[in-house]
Amino acid sequence: MTSLPAITQATLAKDLRLEWRSKDAINSMLFFALLVVVIFSFSFNPTAEESRQIAGGLVWVAFLFAAVVALNQTWARELRNQVLDAYRVSPAPANALFLAKAIGNFLFVSVLEALMTPLFIVFYTLRALGPAWQLIPVAMLGTWALVVNGTFFAAMSIRTRSREIMLPLLLFPISIPALLAMVEGTSAILTGEAAAKFWIVLLAVYDLVFTTVSLLLFETILHAE
Amino acid sequence: MKRLFPIFGVLTLILLSFALYEALIGAPTEQTMGEVQRIFYYHVPSAWTAFLLFLINFGASVVYLIRRNPKADAVAAVTAEVGVIFCSVVLVTGPIWARPVWGIWWTWDMRLTLTLVLWLIYVSYLMLRRFSTSSQTPLIAAVLSVFGALDVPLVYFSIWYFRTQHPSPVIGRGGSLDPRMWHVLLINWAAFLCFAFLVCWSRYRLERLQREVEETQALEALLEQRGVR
Repeated sequence: MTSLPAITQATLAKDLRLEWRSKDAINSMLFFALLVVVIFSFSFNPTAEESRQIAGGLVWVAFLFAAVVALNQTWARELRNQVLDAYRVSPAPANALFLAKAIGNFLFVSVLEALMTPLFIVFYTLRALGPAWQLIPVAMLGTWALVVNGTFFAAMSIRTRSREIMLPLLLFPISIPALLAMVEGTSAILTGEAAAKFWIVLLAVYDLVFTTVSLLLFETILHAE
Repeated sequence: MKRLFPIFGVLTLILLSFALYEALIGAPTEQTMGEVQRIFYYHVPSAWTAFLLFLINFGASVVYLIRRNPKADAVAAVTAEVGVIFCSVVLVTGPIWARPVWGIWWTWDMRLTLTLVLWLIYVSYLMLRRFSTSSQTPLIAAVLSVFGALDVPLVYFSIWYFRTQHPSPVIGRGGSLDPRMWHVLLINWAAFLCFAFLVCWSRYRLERLQREVEETQALEALLEQRGVR
């Protein structure tokens, strides 16, 4: 069992099993996102028309903050008991570990989004005026954009002081184009005033670029100690 | 090299004072904007210098990733620091100029936003260097620099589309620049480049010395331990 897909699958299965039994990441993310939604909701108290304009921004800011909670926990488990050191000396490809972690985070954040979306609809009385099915590619590509860089930067920030703070400091500036695309794409679909195609293409390009560069450089980062 | 430093410093000082004179007195006053337009001679050269330094930072980071040369890393660290300073000058002088001319401090215009995002990326780069505890800081920093450089075209396209959707009150500075203004602008840029080079040079020497000291201290500590045993 040395091929990349097999090891990715094994690592992913292990992470999912651990998460299924502890539910640490998903619980903390869910509660955090819920708090953000409630606070936003009563600090703006928008009408239906206004909320359509601002919802794109609110939804993604909430998901971004919640995703950071999960991303910060990505490597913590591997640091205990020197699992990461063991991984370094093993002949397993580094990218298998990275892909497993990124896919795992993608699944966690997707579950969070699936659970939180109804709440947003209730609190903000949302109804898409544009083609609603386009929200699915925006959400999927956007989530991958956050998660792929987040997983990579989390691996970088485990070697810094106060690493929990370091991750958002690294992730947010680089994610600005992706965030802009997610927010503007979502707003375009909700208001139905403009097409979201450009933003979907931009997200796809962003994902492609950063997935490639992460896979190329992850081995360097893993072995940097 | 060491003897060259003060000579170059004096030359830079002379050039900077000449550029200041030219910018404040020598250059013709702009017709519509008036005296406030003179900030242009600081704003634009600072921007060009900052972008050049960021470009050098990216080049040095790539060289470091390939060759693992500590000199390349020192260059990357220094150019990022000085670049952030020049970029801050751009971001401060911009609104001062924009307020009387456009009537607003800030707009999400392409160039403004791109400069701001670049500034944010490089500040996070400096934070990473500061907070890193491993001996592999140069490597991690070089990787982040590559990520930042790849981000720039994406930021550019997203803002470009964002802008075309939401037209802002900014009118393009079309038309040609007076040749005398070009002249003053280029003198100022030359002065700023010399100044940036001077600061980078002394900062580079400091950085190298600091690393030497750290290495010596580590070595001494190691030898001491052995002596005790």
